[in-house]
Amino acid sequence: MTERGKWHERLRVTLWTLIVPPAIWAGHFLMAYLWTAISCAKAGTFATFPTLFVVGTLVALGLISLSGWVAWKQTRRPGDSAPHQDSTDIDRLRFLAKSTLLLAGLSFVGVLFTALPVVFLRNCL
Amino acid sequence: MRNPWFWLLVLAGLTACNAEQSTLHVFGAEARAVRQMALLLTIGAAVIVTIMTVLYVRAVRAPEGKLSHDRGMRMVLWMGAIGPTLILTALLIYALPAMRPRATAPGDLVVRVDGEQFWWRVAYDPAGDLSPLLSANEVRIPVGRTVVFELTARDVIHSFWIPGLAGKMDMIPGRTNRLVVQAEKSGRYRGVCAEFCGLSHALMAFDVIAMDATDFDAWLRRSRAASAGAIASRGETLFDAHGCGGCHAIRGTSHDARIGPDLSRFGERRTMGAGIMPPTSANIASFIRAPQDAKPGARMPAFPQISAADAQAIAQYLKGLK
Repeated sequence: MTERGKWHERLRVTLWTLIVPPAIWAGHFLMAYLWTAISCAKAGTFATFPTLFVVGTLVALGLISLSGWVAWKQTRRPGDSAPHQDSTDIDRLRFLAKSTLLLAGLSFVGVLFTALPVVFLRNCL
Repeated sequence: MRNPWFWLLVLAGLTACNAEQSTLHVFGAEARAVRQMALLLTIGAAVIVTIMTVLYVRAVRAPEGKLSHDRGMRMVLWMGAIGPTLILTALLIYALPAMRPRATAPGDLVVRVDGEQFWWRVAYDPAGDLSPLLSANEVRIPVGRTVVFELTARDVIHSFWIPGLAGKMDMIPGRTNRLVVQAEKSGRYRGVCAEFCGLSHALMAFDVIAMDATDFDAWLRRSRAASAGAIASRGETLFDAHGCGGCHAIRGTSHDARIGPDLSRFGERRTMGAGIMPPTSANIASFIRAPQDAKPGARMPAFPQISAADAQAIAQYLKGLK
């Protein structure tokens, strides 16, 4: 593969990319509350199948999976030898990538647990 | 048997004899679903604790060098993260449908209950009928039919809880909450206020009577038509003379005030003072003369000026109302 194609390897995880999965989780959480509040205030009831909400959830899950996959790739970047706990560039990268990966896992479950009640519940009270 | 622990266990076991007010002794579909869930969670938790204890003991007792770090980390990943996530997801999917209220149809019986310090105002079918059937401190429901409780409060927040029938529902002033239930078994049960509401919060209970649907219909028809069952008596005159009718209503008489509990069919009730004592003449008489002795903070004023004999006469009159 050309260098151009390996965008996920060129993209270095940083503290900023670390917060991407939790930020998506937070955004989805906010969306769930706003969507519920607006549906209940305007329509008085949930939609029987909340299409907009399901699409939003799938987008959030997709983005979290993508950032998790990038992080996973970065944790496997070759560099210094194990145990990867020194203050070198590659060890720092691997640490940040591992943290991002774990946060992505947590955020994925978080989004899922936030979305399930909306899909199951039907009334506004 | 001098072991105190044995007697403590016996005492704890004795609480199982309470079939009137128990989340474990259910008579409604909603409470049954909750009990099932609680049993599943309890048994599941016990199984997990047992497994973890066994693993813990084995790990502690294992000779040095016998456990591999790698396998330990993999166990943490599976049993500490992936396993719990899967179990919690499964439990969430299992439990969420139970949060959906039972479906209602336009013809379903609506019972409106208002919580007040410290009693329950009950009205059957407030919307359907011009004059709803009023009652207090007693709720009757038909078995096998969907019943909609419309719950609100007049003064502070109360909570309507019939443990054997369904979960709790808050009663909030200015807001009407709906609780949809279905009783599965007839019998006499007990409900309570489950939100601290003042001095006599613990003395705010009510009787719940689940009746066969045909019996219920007959009772509702009879009660709607009924006039005061008691014949003219000294008690009635005294009730009138002391102004009891300024707060209490009795169907079929000129008393129709709605400040205090409705006393029509008082003689039918199994308890008085919102489920706190049996309605004997002595109890009723002493309640009339000093309600705060039985219920601290009760809004009913004391009537010490009524003689004990007169209070007894009023009690007799009230007991005759059926």
